[in-house]
Amino acid sequence: MKVGVVTFPGSLDDVDARRAVNLAGGEAVALWHGERDLRGVDAVVLPGGFSYGDYLRCGAIARFAPVMTSVLSAAESGMPVLGICNGFQILCESHLLPGALIRNRERRFVCRDQRLRIENASTAWTSQYDEGVEVTIVLKNGEGGYVADDTTLDRLEAEGQVVARYLGDNPNGSMRDIAGIANERGNVVGLMPHPEHAVDDLCGPSTDGLPFFTSVLKELAKA
Amino acid sequence: MARVVVDVMLKPEILDPQGKAVHGALPRLGFEGVVAVRQGKRFELELDGDVTDDRLAEIRNAAETLLSNPVIEDYTVRVEQ
Repeated sequence: MKVGVVTFPGSLDDVDARRAVNLAGGEAVALWHGERDLRGVDAVVLPGGFSYGDYLRCGAIARFAPVMTSVLSAAESGMPVLGICNGFQILCESHLLPGALIRNRERRFVCRDQRLRIENASTAWTSQYDEGVEVTIVLKNGEGGYVADDTTLDRLEAEGQVVARYLGDNPNGSMRDIAGIANERGNVVGLMPHPEHAVDDLCGPSTDGLPFFTSVLKELAKA
Repeated sequence: MARVVVDVMLKPEILDPQGKAVHGALPRLGFEGVVAVRQGKRFELELDGDVTDDRLAEIRNAAETLLSNPVIEDYTVRVEQ
């Protein structure tokens, strides 16, 4: 199964995301922001970093990159798409996911091993977790505060679209401790923590992030 | 040449940590009596030719799609003479 990882100018974690895909048993394919061609991939990861220098707003300019035209239409027709950190910001700016991400409440860049609870194990990217399981995944962001109006938040909760929640101290002021959400269909997931940095005991706090990548491969094999 | 100014501000209910940081710095520097600070963005768009209703409508569209994120921000558009 081919999983594309988009590189924007300013992406940082594209290489780690490709490595995570390969470790999970998939075939990572590098995609370029300036090309519309998705090169026959079955799923797409929008990686972390500072696309276009975070100019204007995080993800605001990346949203209009040529590759995003193809990603948007593929996502709408059901292709699994995972946005990690800056990728999550891009998905919100694209309106593929509701809400927005704003500067951390405490105004500091946060970088730490974060405890999370996986709240929804039925999305394309989380099916290999046990629902309610607690995991440790690296978190690093300056603008990771998830905000949405109360109606949207209530809908996300009611429809089970909250995918992951922060445990312990809320690291960035995210409303209702939200660390990640999915669209209604469950094929598009946005996540502030970085599962691609938690796939190898040698250089991460755990391998708790790997199931994000094995989940999508399993999902694709089913289809 | 005409100039159109687009001001973008976070909606009142959205937390503004940058504004809060500025607010916290003011009294430390001896500037008293400021009860709140909100920080926004100002875009100055230089146009060739005159500002018509059509072009203003286009700029409003740009303000809504690119210059601001309507989920968290409000914008105003005005023509500067």
